[in-house]
Amino acid sequence: MKKLIVAAGCALAVMAGAVQAKDWKDIRIAFDVPYEPFEYMTPDGELTGFEVDLARAMCEELEANCEFVVQAWDGMIPGLLARKFDAIMSSMSITPERAERVLFSEPYYITPGGWFARENFNTDVTDKEAMKGKVVGVQRGTTMDTFVTNELSGVVTVKRYTTADDMVLDLEGQRLDVVFVDYPVGEQTLLSRDGFKEVGEAVKLGDGVAVAMRKRDKDLAESVNAALRKLKEDGTYDTIMKKYFSYDIKL
Amino acid sequence: MPEFIATWLNQNDIFNALTVLHYWDGLVTTVQLVFLSLLLGLVMALPLAILRTSKNWLISGPVWLYTYLFRGTPLLIQLYIIYYGIAQIHGIQDTFWWLIFREPFYPALLAFTLNTAAYTTEIIRGSIVATPAGEIEAAKAYGMSWALRLRRIVLPSAARRAVQAYSNEVIFMLHASAIASVVTIVDLTGAARNIYSRFYAPFEAFIAVALLYMALTFLLVYAFRRLESRLLRHQHPAGS
Repeated sequence: MKKLIVAAGCALAVMAGAVQAKDWKDIRIAFDVPYEPFEYMTPDGELTGFEVDLARAMCEELEANCEFVVQAWDGMIPGLLARKFDAIMSSMSITPERAERVLFSEPYYITPGGWFARENFNTDVTDKEAMKGKVVGVQRGTTMDTFVTNELSGVVTVKRYTTADDMVLDLEGQRLDVVFVDYPVGEQTLLSRDGFKEVGEAVKLGDGVAVAMRKRDKDLAESVNAALRKLKEDGTYDTIMKKYFSYDIKL
Repeated sequence: MPEFIATWLNQNDIFNALTVLHYWDGLVTTVQLVFLSLLLGLVMALPLAILRTSKNWLISGPVWLYTYLFRGTPLLIQLYIIYYGIAQIHGIQDTFWWLIFREPFYPALLAFTLNTAAYTTEIIRGSIVATPAGEIEAAKAYGMSWALRLRRIVLPSAARRAVQAYSNEVIFMLHASAIASVVTIVDLTGAARNIYSRFYAPFEAFIAVALLYMALTFLLVYAFRRLESRLLRHQHPAGS
């Protein structure tokens, strides 16, 4: 009897293993919207953007049936680990802390962080003396947050926001002197309006943005890497990039 | 300290001196925010509750409207309206008010104070209305004026009836203060969110903060139990 149970257990384990090692015909990919122009909703409610288009092309390449999931940034990594979806393609920069928890593909783009402020702001953001006492806004948990926390803590007051919208409101309302935000986001939400400008040089942070997956799904990561490499080589990547950007973000 | 806790503390890379300090700053902010708003709220609520019991609609009506508005809408919405609304008032950035409302602490304090004052007003009003008619009649028979009656008879007995309901309000206020973190205040919850987003460790960050809130709650429960037994000592059996 005991042997039978052990045998049954082994059979189950083998079957479970077979299920695990599926060749990924269904992939659920998570995005945090809106994060223009990477992922956002069109007025008629359709998900679109650079990463969404890239994900579509990637799924075509993989001949996989992809489902797109909308997930708030705060719950991205926990949601991935809880198997609510299989991959994150939501402008997640590679960092050592994140790499502890998830498996990253090869990077597929990099954008710098940019400093933005109201028209009348005239301080050099690289001058620590001049920045003393200024209030800087960042999005919580982003590479910009880490940069400001490490480089400028004790010099400036850092305020952390969950969404870029709240941060823009506080910059407009003069609670913030300057924000340090993903360059494209600043370009979309601030430079498109009157009264704001870019200040100082944009800073390239981190190792770029990659697809994040669970650490155990090494087979998925391999196919994703192959597909991304193909898209970068055959020109599909450039076509999608030109649709959304006037500058180069390829990596 | 048991061996396994010591080992665990040595192995984890989340609870180091910096994060513990961050939690401590958060704790201080939470306690300041809650204590000040409760204190100001109570000071506001006492006269409002007395006005609210007035038979003249012109006096009690506005107070009724105020408590109705603030008890009828979520505290989070009130906080948003005050925090973002004030910054939108044209030209406020050039007045001295901006020195106060520039910081997120004061809009939050204002929202919390108005909210808790509304609830406390209704709690006190309820216990004033429940004063036994005989006590008031007796006071009148002694020739006490309205003010004297209020001071000697109505308010002391109302306080005894209100203290239990008020202790709930205090604990709710402590828990509700967690939403202060949405307007960039680094209170206990804000500290936990920062630590969580730095280490991607939701369990550690939030369980630690939950334990801190729980410790604060137990302190409050204990304090109110002492206060209650003091206020209601006339009800204790003789000799106990």
